[in-house]
Amino acid sequence: MGRYILKRLLQAIPLLAGIATITFVMVHLAPGDPMDMYIEQRSQREFDPEVIELLRKKHGLDQPLPVQYVKWIGNVARGDFGESFRYRRPVATLIAERVPYTLQLTALALFFDALIGMTLGILSAVKQYSRTDRIITVGSLVMYAIPGFWLGIMLVLVFSVNLGWFPTSQTRSLDYELLSAPEKLLDRLWHLALPVFVLGVASAAGTARFMRNKLLDVLSEEYVLAARARGLSERAVILHHALRNALIPIVTIYGLALPFLLGGAVLIEKVFAWPGMGLLAVDAIGARDYPVILATSMIAAVLVVLGNLVADVTYALVDPRVSYGGKRLA
Amino acid sequence: MAASGWPDRRAAHALAFAAAMVLLLTWRHERVFAAFATPHVDRWAASLFVLLALPASVALLIYDARRRRNQQARPAAQGRSLLQLAWRRFTANRLAIAAVYVIAVFYLVALMAPIIAGYDPSALEDVLATRYQPPSWAHPFGTDEFGRDLFSRAVYGARVSLSIGLLAMLVAVFVGTLYGAIAGYFSGLVDNALMRLVDVLIAFPTFFLMLMLVGMFEAGIVVLVFILGLTSWTSTARFVRGEILSLKEREFIEGARAIGLPAHLIIARHLIPNAIAPVLVSAAFMVGGMIGAEAGLSFLGIGIRPPTPSWGNMISAGQDALFVAWWIAFFPGCLLALTITAFSLLSDGLRDALDPKTLMRKYL
Repeated sequence: MGRYILKRLLQAIPLLAGIATITFVMVHLAPGDPMDMYIEQRSQREFDPEVIELLRKKHGLDQPLPVQYVKWIGNVARGDFGESFRYRRPVATLIAERVPYTLQLTALALFFDALIGMTLGILSAVKQYSRTDRIITVGSLVMYAIPGFWLGIMLVLVFSVNLGWFPTSQTRSLDYELLSAPEKLLDRLWHLALPVFVLGVASAAGTARFMRNKLLDVLSEEYVLAARARGLSERAVILHHALRNALIPIVTIYGLALPFLLGGAVLIEKVFAWPGMGLLAVDAIGARDYPVILATSMIAAVLVVLGNLVADVTYALVDPRVSYGGKRLA
Repeated sequence: MAASGWPDRRAAHALAFAAAMVLLLTWRHERVFAAFATPHVDRWAASLFVLLALPASVALLIYDARRRRNQQARPAAQGRSLLQLAWRRFTANRLAIAAVYVIAVFYLVALMAPIIAGYDPSALEDVLATRYQPPSWAHPFGTDEFGRDLFSRAVYGARVSLSIGLLAMLVAVFVGTLYGAIAGYFSGLVDNALMRLVDVLIAFPTFFLMLMLVGMFEAGIVVLVFILGLTSWTSTARFVRGEILSLKEREFIEGARAIGLPAHLIIARHLIPNAIAPVLVSAAFMVGGMIGAEAGLSFLGIGIRPPTPSWGNMISAGQDALFVAWWIAFFPGCLLALTITAFSLLSDGLRDALDPKTLMRKYL
C-alpha cells in the first residue's frame, strides 16, 4: 500500500509540471507582457522608457523565454509566485490567507453533498419508479440546472432580506470579537449556512443521480438475487450486500466533484462576499493583477490533483479488486 | 404514425406554429413591416422569418397531407432504419419532447427578438418615472435602475446567451472529436503525447481556466465563444478516443484499411460517424453547461459586459438592487434554469433513444 501511494505521488509530479507549463504558456500567449500590465496598473502617467527597461530587467523579463521558463518552474516549485501588483505583497502569503476560507466552504459543502446526495440517491433507487423516486429524480435534475449564484441570491432575498434568518454576506458578525468561544463557533456556522447549502446542493443533486444508478446496477447483480433467495430481509440485502458495493464507485466521483466545487466556489464567494481564493481571483482579474490570477488557478489545479490522488488511494483501500501494482483482477 | 385520424401530431405542430405566427403578425404587424425601412440586418432577418414562416408551414401541411394520402394508397411493408427506430424512441419520451419545445421556443424568440421585445433593450426612458417598476402588463419582468424594460432585455439577452452556448458547444465538440479520434486511431506514441496534455488540462478546474483566459484577453463575444469552447473539449476527446480504440479493431475498419483508404478518410467517414452517438448526447448537455458558464462569467462582470444584455449580467445588476427590486435578478435566473434543464433533458432523451443499453451503462 505504501508503495502504491508513493507511486501515485510520483505520477502526480509530471502532472504538476504540466500545469505549471500551461500556466506559463498562457502568460506569454496573452497580448502584451506582464510589465505592460504592471505599468498600466500602477500609473496613469507615462513611464520613462528607461525606467521600464530597468523594471523589465529587475523582473527578468529581458531574458530569453527558455531561461524565463526554467526560472518560473523553479520559483513555483519553491512556492514563490512573485509579488501581487495590487497589494505589493508576496502572492503566496495572500493565497495562504484565503485558502482556509475556501477549504471551509468546499469541505462542508462536500460533507453536505455526501449526506444529502447519498441519502436521496439510495432512497430513490430502493423505491424505483415510485412517486418518491420521481420527485427526487426530477428535483435533482432541476437543482443541477439552477445556477448556484442565482440560487444564492434568491436565498439571500428570502432568508436574509425578507425573513432576516441568515446574514446576507461576510464570514462573521461585527461584534465577533466580543463573543465567547462557543458563540464564536455558532456565529461562524450561522454565516456558513447559506453558502454551504448553495454550493453543496447542486453537487448533491449530481451525487443522488449517480448513487441511484450505481445502486440500481448493483441491485440487478446475481449476488443480490442470491441474498434475496436466502430469505434475507430487504433491509439486510440493501444495507449489507448492495449498498456496500454501490458505494465503491462513489469514492471516485468525489475526486471529480472537487473541480466542480472549486469552480462553483468562485461564484458563491462573490455572491456572499466570502474572502476565499475565488473572490481573490475575481478581484485580481478586475484589477489585472497578473501574478495573483496565475497563482490562484495553479493552486486550484494542484488542489484538484491532490483530490484525485486521495480519491484513487481511497478507491484502492475500499476495493480489494484493485491491486496496488495498478493491474486489476477481473 | 399510421392512419390515426386527420390532425396527426405533425400537422398539429405546423398548425400551432402557423397560428402563433398569425398572432404575432397581427399583434406586431407595424413593427414587422417597419423593419424593412431600417438598416439593421437582424431586424430584416426577424421580419423576413415571420413573413416566410407562414407560407412555409402551410406548404408543409399540404405536402404532409399529400404524402399521407399516397402512403395510404399503397401501404407497402417498410423496413425501419436504426435512425428511424431511435427517432421513434425519442418521440415517445414526453419529457424530452417537452424539452425540445422549450428549446425551440427560446431560440425562436431569440431570433425574432426585435419583433417580440416591446422596447429597445438599452433605451433609457424617463429614468425617474420608469425605474424600478415591478412586473406589470406593460413591463412583464419589471424595469431596472435605468428604467429599461427587463422583458425586452431578457429577450435580447436570450440572443446572446443562447447563441454563445450553441457556438461554444460546436467549437468544443469539433475540437474534442477530432482530437480524440486522432489519438485513438494513431495509438502508441501519438496517443500518449496527446492524452497527457488532456490529463493536464482536465486537472484545471474548467471555470478557473475560463476565468483566467477571459481576464487576460478582455473577451468580446467571439473570443468568449472560443475560450468557452477551447476549455471544454477534453472530456469529449476522452470518450471519443475510447470509442475509437474499440471501433478500430472491428472488421469493417480492417476492410477499409485493406482496400487502401487513407487514414484521414477512415477517421472521417468510418470511425467518427460510428462514434457520434455519445458525442450527440454530451453535446446537448454541453450547451446547457456553456450557457451556465457564460452566465457565471457575465455575473462576475468579465463575460458579456453591460449595456449588452446577457442573462448573467442581468442577474448581477439584480443583486446590486436586491433590496429594492427582487424582479431584476429573479426572471433571468428562471430562464437560465429552464434552458439548462431543457438541455439536460434533451441529452437524457437522446441517450435513451440512441443506444438505450450500452450508453446508459457506459456514460452514466
